[in-house]
Amino acid sequence: MTADLASSSSAMRGWRQRVDFGVALVVVGCVVLVLLGSTINPSFLTANYLLQQFQIAAFLGVIATGSMFVILLGEVDLSIPWTITSTAIITTTLAGSDNGFATALAVPAGIAAGLLIGTVNGVGVAVFRIPSMVWTLAINAMLLGATVFYTGGFKPRGLAPAISIDLALGRTFGIPNALLTWLVVAAVSIWMLKRTVYGTYLYAMGNSQKALFLAGARVRRVTIATFALAGALTSFGGLLLTGYANQAYQGMGDTYLLPAITAVVIGGTSILGGKGSYIGTFAGALFITLLSSILSVLQMTEASRQIIFGAIILAMLLVHRGRSGS
Amino acid sequence: MTGVMRRNGRLLIAIAALVVLFVAFIAIHPRHLSTYVLSIWANQGILLALAAIAQFFVVLVKGIDLSVGPIVALTNVVASYWLVGGPFEVGIGVVAVLLVGAFCGLINGIVVVYGRVQPIVATLATGSMFAGLALTLRPVPGGSVNEAISDALTYDIAGVPTSLVLLVAVLVLIAIPLRHTKLGLSMYATGSAEQSAYMTGIRTGTVKLAAYTAGGLFAGCAGFYLAMVTLTGDAGVGPSYTLNSIAAVVLGGVALTGGVGSPLGAVIGALILKTISSLMFFTGLPPLAQPFFEGAILAGAIILGALNVFRHRSRLQAFE
Repeated sequence: MTADLASSSSAMRGWRQRVDFGVALVVVGCVVLVLLGSTINPSFLTANYLLQQFQIAAFLGVIATGSMFVILLGEVDLSIPWTITSTAIITTTLAGSDNGFATALAVPAGIAAGLLIGTVNGVGVAVFRIPSMVWTLAINAMLLGATVFYTGGFKPRGLAPAISIDLALGRTFGIPNALLTWLVVAAVSIWMLKRTVYGTYLYAMGNSQKALFLAGARVRRVTIATFALAGALTSFGGLLLTGYANQAYQGMGDTYLLPAITAVVIGGTSILGGKGSYIGTFAGALFITLLSSILSVLQMTEASRQIIFGAIILAMLLVHRGRSGS
Repeated sequence: MTGVMRRNGRLLIAIAALVVLFVAFIAIHPRHLSTYVLSIWANQGILLALAAIAQFFVVLVKGIDLSVGPIVALTNVVASYWLVGGPFEVGIGVVAVLLVGAFCGLINGIVVVYGRVQPIVATLATGSMFAGLALTLRPVPGGSVNEAISDALTYDIAGVPTSLVLLVAVLVLIAIPLRHTKLGLSMYATGSAEQSAYMTGIRTGTVKLAAYTAGGLFAGCAGFYLAMVTLTGDAGVGPSYTLNSIAAVVLGGVALTGGVGSPLGAVIGALILKTISSLMFFTGLPPLAQPFFEGAILAGAIILGALNVFRHRSRLQAFE
């Protein structure tokens, strides 16, 4: 009898160790949201609605992946909004031009823009040792300025590239391509975090940069590479959004900064870096998308949505901290 | 002398930058140095300066407050309801508005200290709630403010802008207690080495609560003063204050790692930012190009402040 109890409790402990409490919390949160939504509107439980939510969550999910890498490093990237918008504008301008060569370059140029922005972010943080919160903020301000200057403040002309539209809106065997794209990004990210030296460095950097430096790792390269990767992922998310909206417009990235960071953090990743799992970020992005979907179905005013959004995030953070912190 | 230079290097650079920018601004301004020009500059400057002081208190104890903007918006909206009527009512109203700000700061402090949530995400969440509350109270900009008090606070006293006098008074009122009282020194101690501070018997939790509350109070001051300048309440003013207040404290030599810096630095940083945008307005650059140069100058100023990284004797120092 006692042996029985002991073995079952050790099995419990093993289960608990495998599944992080923060991740479990946000997954349960997603389920609760769907069930809650179905009491308001029965169509919430249909496969079509859920797939649509996954499709919308994919845009946030891809962007949040970049944020997660930067946050694991112990830094933060505030240049997301105008990285998205400038990518969208570069891509649609090239895709909408008459020159066949430029049209072909539209998507690679968009990703390259993200890589470049990310590299500049990384150089400022790694070489000049400027706090990322301020440096990426300044870069964001410059991108805003450059974009406004280039477009004259008007809605930019151009076309969304066919591949963006296909990835964002198309379906393969009934499953949204956006979700499939996100799953590929997720699989690669999990592989990078768990199976590569880079992933190990990333977690180590978040815990102690100094120790990793003393151990002989090239910490500056890791930082620059991470910001560059995050920039490229943000641009990729921007490309998907361009396809989804079938256009680029001023300020299209503004609504993605805070949700991206929130998705990462409620998914159990420590904002101080060095701790967190991709599954959490995945569930976090899904949770945020479901929450805003339900709030808009309820036809809440923007003001009440902000209050409820803040309150729920805060409640989840408090439950998480109250449980794991001791 | 060299000791003073070394200890306050960042602050001295910031002051020099402000002087250069201000001289350029006055030289370029069509009406040059006059009480009118100075008043408008100071009125705009004090808004961000108060928000920067709010951010300073939180950053001093190793936190970060992303709800500065929302608190400014909320108190601004509240002020547009409560600052009407006779002198007595307005007096009560002013106190009430500032209390709302302090209360918001206290909530942040409670979540961070007792809820043990990281400041950046805690204030992100509370900020969303404050902003929502402001928007609920005033979905569209409007309301009115007693004009007598507004006139008294936004014009000048014998040629010196009232806002500048107020700003100096506020600085003196907080700088002395910060360096000479137990609470002020405890804030520096908690920010630079929380564990050691705790070991020496400082109640670090209470000190942090006080710092967050002070932050809320000064964000409330900014919201109140905004109502004085614009005579209305607008729930949409928040976002620029949050980000600019962070940029301002960094420009003024306040370390985001906590425990380093002075309110004077935060104010200088805020005035630099405001002077840059005022300067842009009069340079004759095409209006569409101005945001880019504003961003570029901000980035340049930040890099300049970071150049001491090249004075490190070994790369290990960079991680300290």
